[in-house]
Amino acid sequence: MSEPLLKISNLHAEVAEDGTEILKGVDLEVNAGEMHAVMGPNGSGKSTLAKVLSGHPGYEVTQGEVLYRGENLLELEVDERAREGIFLAFQYPVDIPGVSIANFMRTAVQSRSPDEEVDIFDFQEALVERMQLLEMDPSFAARSVNDGFSGGEKKRNEILQMAMLEPALAIMDETDSGLDIDALKIVSSGVNKLKTERPDMAVLLITHYQRILNYIQPDRVHVMVAGRIVRSGGPEVAAELEEKGYETWRTEPVPV
Amino acid sequence: MPANETVQGLGLEEYKYGFITDEGKPVFKSEPGLSEAIVRQISMHKDEPEWMLEFRLKALEIYYSKPMPNWGGDLSRLNDTLDEIYYYLRPQDHMERSWDDVPQEIKDTFEKLGIPEAERKVLAGVGAQYESEMVYHSLKKEWEDKGIIFESIEDGLRKYPELFREHFSTIVPPGDNKFAALNSAVWSGGSFVYIPKGVKVNTPLQAYFRVNAEKMGQFERTLIIVDEGAEAQYIEGCTAPVYTTDSFHSGVIEIVVKPNARFRYVTIQNWSSNMYNLVTQRAMVHEHATMEWLDGNLGSKLTMKYPSCYLVGEGAHGEILSIAYAGDGQHQDTGGKVVHAAPHTTSQILSKSISKGTGRSTYRGLCKIYDGAEGAKSNVECDALLLNETSRTDTFPYIEIEEQTASVGHEASVSKIGAEQLFYLMSRGLSEVEAAAMIVRGFIEPIAKQLPLEYAVELNRLIELEMEGSVG
Repeated sequence: MSEPLLKISNLHAEVAEDGTEILKGVDLEVNAGEMHAVMGPNGSGKSTLAKVLSGHPGYEVTQGEVLYRGENLLELEVDERAREGIFLAFQYPVDIPGVSIANFMRTAVQSRSPDEEVDIFDFQEALVERMQLLEMDPSFAARSVNDGFSGGEKKRNEILQMAMLEPALAIMDETDSGLDIDALKIVSSGVNKLKTERPDMAVLLITHYQRILNYIQPDRVHVMVAGRIVRSGGPEVAAELEEKGYETWRTEPVPV
Repeated sequence: MPANETVQGLGLEEYKYGFITDEGKPVFKSEPGLSEAIVRQISMHKDEPEWMLEFRLKALEIYYSKPMPNWGGDLSRLNDTLDEIYYYLRPQDHMERSWDDVPQEIKDTFEKLGIPEAERKVLAGVGAQYESEMVYHSLKKEWEDKGIIFESIEDGLRKYPELFREHFSTIVPPGDNKFAALNSAVWSGGSFVYIPKGVKVNTPLQAYFRVNAEKMGQFERTLIIVDEGAEAQYIEGCTAPVYTTDSFHSGVIEIVVKPNARFRYVTIQNWSSNMYNLVTQRAMVHEHATMEWLDGNLGSKLTMKYPSCYLVGEGAHGEILSIAYAGDGQHQDTGGKVVHAAPHTTSQILSKSISKGTGRSTYRGLCKIYDGAEGAKSNVECDALLLNETSRTDTFPYIEIEEQTASVGHEASVSKIGAEQLFYLMSRGLSEVEAAAMIVRGFIEPIAKQLPLEYAVELNRLIELEMEGSVG
């Protein structure tokens, strides 16, 4: 594999509404099969990075380039990017009242293969199996998407979707926030199993705390501060952060 | 069944030549506008008993005496329409309309909805034959054996005069409102239904089955009597767009639900967008009986319709589930009325409306609880979804409580398709149209899930079509 799955070069992005610049020159490369963690303090722009990658209309790219499988990703619409294999696990999953998880999932899975009708029995089987993997009661499938779900349930539902849609690049936006230790273990275990099943899947794990990295082993860890990646390295970077905190990176000169 | 027999059986000959020339029946020409002469002609043509003619004439007087309502939708141009329409027999060319004359958008919609060829013609008012006639005939036998009566309203009067007279106009008297008076004067076409004591009907009775040229009539009158302990469901209309040059439709539906009986009346209307649709629907619900109205208003230029449950027996229960869709230039002024006139009665109104483009949806509802309706409980929920900046919704809930021990709840909400919701769904690979359609389907789900499956499926497809128009 010569080219990276994802190559972000000097990415600048601002809030569309008021022009506030959030990403100030992000550089990042992710190869297929790699698990990358992006860590940073509040306001560092890590969630914005996730949103910009998936095409959120609230942000505008002002400079830089993002290549996905060698093609310009920024040219594609939100749904086109999804169909190309990019998945975003939301930090704050959205309610869709009146639409069951099963119905939603089936439509999403179907949109991946527009020419071939998804077999309903195969789908049901797969859904139940994936739900069991995530220790979710199958009756959950009939519930309205995120409607009345607890924080933990919402996050598990995100991973369920990831499991059903089999992305090439999964971006997990602070999946661990708001989770207690048990929920965290279940979610992490689910992600690890998916990674084992599909070794080529790349994951961009965005998090504030080091804790989740005890359960999901990253290949690379990046520190993001004030809209830029200031440090990149192996798993030891996480330990460094745990010790020194984010303050160090606010003053240090540009990276690595 | 050979083609010509079918056509004769439908009575279409009347329309082909204007009317039947039988012995003893004078020949006359139909003209636009309303007059006493026309009312007499209608009654004579139907060979009605004297009391019905008197009833019609009296109703006509009431109609003339009442002013046009000054609330609801814009009825300012209705007067002109009322002077121009044909109140009974339509001119020949109207019925002989050919498939070629049907507007292309209607044909396209039929195509997209996958409406079978034969059905398209009937919906477009051009066909004479309908395959489900066969289905109707076999069901008819099954129902007859159980003592169920399902006839056209004219045949109901003819064959069951006592039963008819006992209930006719007792639920919606001509003086009730101007358009009930009009309907009472010129009614033609509709159903007469009687379900005997204790009989439970599994298959819904469909208005479709009355293969009767007047089923798309302007002044339908329906009378349904559900006897003690009986259970049945009636479906009127379909989600497919009905093309008609008719510009005015004013129906009256009267239903009696006797003690311990259960009845559900489902209407899905999708009249073409030039239609004024003013309908009075009312059910009298007795002890421990249940009445459910499922009302879908998708078409017409202006609809004013408030299905009502008058809970007159102890423990009676009434429900009104209403879906309204107002597209460009449309106004749906709908809702429901529940009147509690007995103790321990319960009711629920759930109204979901969608306004798109310049469409306007209005919820208008009444919850009235009389003194003495001890322990009555009522809950109203009305939710509106606005799809565009220009879309509009209004709510007029009338709550009149005279009973201290009653409890009434009312909730209302207005929302739009959230950008975050769209983004969430699109980030899973759904196109913008699919995402919008999914959100809208989710919005109406609590009501749509009560519809018979074919209707729910058609409704979903219609929504997808409408969303394509709004985002594409």
